[in-house]
Amino acid sequence: MTALAGDNGAGKSVLIKTLSGLWPPDSGEILWQGQPVHLHGPKDSEHLGITTIYQDLALCDNLDIVQNMFLGHEPLRVGTLDEATMELAARATLADLRVTTIRSIRQPVASLSGGQRQSVAVAKAVMSQAKLVILDEPTAALGVSQTQMVLDLIKRLASQGVAVLIVSHNLNDVFAVADRIAVLHLGHLAVAGRASTMDSQIVVEFMTTGRSTRFSGDGDPAQAPS
Amino acid sequence: MAPGTDDVEGSVGATPVTDSVQGSITNEEPPEDAALTEAVVLVPEVLANSLGEYVGAWWKRIRGGESGALPILIGLVVVIVAFQIENSHFLTAVNIVNLFIEAAFFTLLGAAELFALLLGEIDLSVGYVAAVGGTIVAGLIGSPYNWPLWAALLVGLGICAAIGFVQGSLITRLHLPSFVVTLGGLLFWSGFLIYLYDVDKGSVGGVISITNSVVVDLVYGSVTPLASWIALAVVVGLFALYSISRAARRRSRGLSAPPLSITIFTVVVTAAAGVALVVICNLNRGSNGVVLKGVPWVVPFVIVIIVALSFVLGRTRFGRYIYAIGASPEAARRAGINVAWIRTFSFVVVGVVAALAGLVYDSRLASINVGFDGGTDVLYAVAAAVIGGASLMGGRGKAIHPLIGGLILAVVANGLDLINITTAGQEMATALVLVIAVTIDSVVRRRGTTTS
Repeated sequence: MTALAGDNGAGKSVLIKTLSGLWPPDSGEILWQGQPVHLHGPKDSEHLGITTIYQDLALCDNLDIVQNMFLGHEPLRVGTLDEATMELAARATLADLRVTTIRSIRQPVASLSGGQRQSVAVAKAVMSQAKLVILDEPTAALGVSQTQMVLDLIKRLASQGVAVLIVSHNLNDVFAVADRIAVLHLGHLAVAGRASTMDSQIVVEFMTTGRSTRFSGDGDPAQAPS
Repeated sequence: MAPGTDDVEGSVGATPVTDSVQGSITNEEPPEDAALTEAVVLVPEVLANSLGEYVGAWWKRIRGGESGALPILIGLVVVIVAFQIENSHFLTAVNIVNLFIEAAFFTLLGAAELFALLLGEIDLSVGYVAAVGGTIVAGLIGSPYNWPLWAALLVGLGICAAIGFVQGSLITRLHLPSFVVTLGGLLFWSGFLIYLYDVDKGSVGGVISITNSVVVDLVYGSVTPLASWIALAVVVGLFALYSISRAARRRSRGLSAPPLSITIFTVVVTAAAGVALVVICNLNRGSNGVVLKGVPWVVPFVIVIIVALSFVLGRTRFGRYIYAIGASPEAARRAGINVAWIRTFSFVVVGVVAALAGLVYDSRLASINVGFDGGTDVLYAVAAAVIGGASLMGGRGKAIHPLIGGLILAVVANGLDLINITTAGQEMATALVLVIAVTIDSVVRRRGTTTS
């Protein structure tokens, strides 16, 4: 699990939008499992197994949990939506992730709390057999207990063998879950290294100035984006 | 709680109200999000297992602000009772059948508009598109062309579909506001309508008369009483079979399903409504010794269209994506939905259903004329959809809503006519009904969000 940190305007959102195929890169190349790939739309990165969960969640309030989890991938039975199959699969996935605070998977997501909405978004990613899940500020809108719930969920996600890239400027969250930390500063990769080699002061220095006098870890500029 | 669903539905965590309070303190999330989270739109039916629980859940939902069509139906009953007290002719068979016929045009036009409203768009051109469709069909089946009806319908519906496609493409591909594009459409197609009457060799003084018996019989012909009963029995039977087998199938896969008593209750209510409809229509409404009875063809015609549109909205990917786009186009795009295509095709549906409304208009007058007021009709179309319960903001509304709204518009217009209120009074009263309907909806909803 890698955390991507950076101050506002450092380019975190641009980077993940590029990875999810929403924006084309101006230059540079994207390597996926060692191969260069070109992403022309959300479908392209989806086929590769990249799923992005955005800050603003990208759920439809008027649809229920099952409908949201399958949005864009609804299974069909004789040309019509196969609700029963969807409902069973959604229930199984939520159970796997031990999301237990939802009363009914047939309630509209408008009625869910922020943490529950994040859970639905994560479950949606799991359902699509993602190999890499990118989370954009997953805890920004949440209270303390909800944040803990979502962080636990992310850890469970990673333990299922899914690569996770978490974008956050909440350093508590970053150090709570990340194995590796990468810091962006003004569109450039300032540092990338194991979380154990850094502390929050080092990360803050990288975020604000792009360098740190105290850092002596395994910096890895080869992964520099764009 | 449904059996076998304990894994997911087993426990209830932190209450949403607490979350929203925390949420609003700890981050820069806009404040309306907190309000949104508090608006716990619970759907308690999905948790209920017995008839009692079901009714309780339904009542809780009404009190919670999710009243659906209930206030408007209560309003409808009040208005009907008031009219009946004022003029005992109101609830006679002949007048009720008239109501259905008047409602048919507004219902179909409203159903067309619904496919724009659900996207969060608006189509101001539906009135004149209906006029163009109706005129093309009427012109082609009339002299001197004398086309067969099916060919005329194909061309009429096809042209209206093409109009929808062009307007939809302008809106989605060039990102023009639908209000402006369809306002242009309103003006353009009203001009095109005049042009059609200029070039049509069969029009006399701006009027095309219709003699084709199939078109005229849509409104003026009736299903025979016996056939009405047989059709009703078949429809109710199929509906009962479908509801019960669907519930059984869901239960056998471990999914929650409404209890049998609820299913039977729904079937009985549907059957009762159908029986009432057929009984009223089968009363003799002729005068001077002429016998006139039976369900006018336009009633099943409209019902079939509404059921078909319900199916499209509720059971197909296309319908699901319309709702998704109406709530959040960005979320739909990120889910990999081809948003532009869905929106364009939705405007095609608007055009086709508008053309069907034009056909009903043809039948009702047994003619169509250049004076067709598509500019006013589009406002009634929006009113029908909104009075029935659809939202102008997109993402909320069902195919049944323009049917309810169309009936209310017809009741108000017809009732005021019967108690000798002039057109001036009728239009003002219709405006009041529209505003009151939206106000009730909004007040009930807001109350729900603050007290539940």
